[in-house]
Amino acid sequence: MALNWQVATVTALRDETPRVKTLTMFVPGWNAHRPGQHVDIRLTAEDGYQAQRSYSIASAPTDQPLVDLTVERVEGGEVSPFLHDEVIVGDRFEVRGPIGGYFVWDGAAADPLLLVAGGSGVVPLMAIVRHRAQVGSGAPCTLLYSSRTPVDIIYAEELDRLAARGGGLRVIHTLTREQPLGWTGYRRRIDMSMLGEVLAQTGTMAMAFVCGPTPLVEVAATSLVGLGLAPSQVRTERFGPTGA
Amino acid sequence: MSAPPRTFRVQMSDRLVTRGFVGRRGPAERGQRVPPGQYLTSDFPVLSAGPTPRTALDQWTFGIEGLVNQPVSWSWAEFTALLSRDYVVDISCVTKWTKLDTRWHGVSVDTLLEHVELDRKAAFLVAYCDGGYTTNLPIADVVNDQAFVAYGYDGAPLAPEHGGPARLVVPHLYFWKSAKWIRGVRVLARDQPGFWEGFGYHNRGDPWLEERYSGD
Repeated sequence: MALNWQVATVTALRDETPRVKTLTMFVPGWNAHRPGQHVDIRLTAEDGYQAQRSYSIASAPTDQPLVDLTVERVEGGEVSPFLHDEVIVGDRFEVRGPIGGYFVWDGAAADPLLLVAGGSGVVPLMAIVRHRAQVGSGAPCTLLYSSRTPVDIIYAEELDRLAARGGGLRVIHTLTREQPLGWTGYRRRIDMSMLGEVLAQTGTMAMAFVCGPTPLVEVAATSLVGLGLAPSQVRTERFGPTGA
Repeated sequence: MSAPPRTFRVQMSDRLVTRGFVGRRGPAERGQRVPPGQYLTSDFPVLSAGPTPRTALDQWTFGIEGLVNQPVSWSWAEFTALLSRDYVVDISCVTKWTKLDTRWHGVSVDTLLEHVELDRKAAFLVAYCDGGYTTNLPIADVVNDQAFVAYGYDGAPLAPEHGGPARLVVPHLYFWKSAKWIRGVRVLARDQPGFWEGFGYHNRGDPWLEERYSGD
């Protein structure tokens, strides 16, 4: 079955952090995605010039035909500055998907989950967190999330709220560059000893999903295997230095 | 009084102009080298589905098996003693980046296949890798110097995150066909989808035809 281009209309825009924005798209007839999947978008200029990019879906499948994309602004990029600075509610572009079938979590399994995020790598993991909450999954879930500074934490309030609900979600932040006064949490990049401590508190994980910049993914995935997870339990998605 | 339901007019067409989008075009000659829907990058993004496998070179072998008269297996020392050469090729990843003039060193698949006699039914192969990754290719897409197994990149040994110690490179197809951490090929009579091909990606993956996903 072909993945056809569909028209997406922007229905809402939300600033998540100074560098990250969420676009809500209305896509009639959208096939519900599996949490973790992404979409391709295509922008067309008046003269027919086109640009395509891939973005992870941030929303849960039950929100369809509304689909949220959370986009980090890449300075000097061709597409993300346009999405940040130019797009207003009512604008339209094309989208096709959902795409990808390995970095996904359906909510059927009750086994514990470990999510490891760096920066905007939290986006596909947020789709998992939201889906898990919406379907009332009993799978214990730990999100270890690395951000530079407190204002760079994407979905900060929603994560706090979901963790406070007592539904088995634990959120552990590490702030690598700047911490608020009185911060008692981690203040360094994710490493093997940090992952060891997290696993010690949560027990053996059935499945780990790691998403972020390549160095973080390399360290986290290698460490998790070193800590006893089978390579097949560790699924990764990398946000390269490009991706503008 | 409640607000009327919000409606959006939707039209399907081959070309939907996005208000205000101009884009950034390169020089016209770029079009000759950058496939449709791709953008140029100068760095080398890393993509893979799982942890980076690390196999010690003294444990490493490369095999050709399946529909061949006699399977063959090379150790690392034997493999790197095979006739090899430098390659300068453009590569395109289905995630939209294209990188020009990448410099590799490796062994042509033609050279590897000279060491076996293919069964006359042989038409496809599946590359198999450390970590369990696989990808399928018609034999016609890897012979006549269209593909090589690389163990050098930019004058240095190929780094593990880029597929070292050795990866397949098939520059005329999307880069998921260029299997990282390759350990051999299985020769088959019938096509058999590999890892991403089983998750909705195109079976062949020609970037100039934009064969990204199944049905493209």
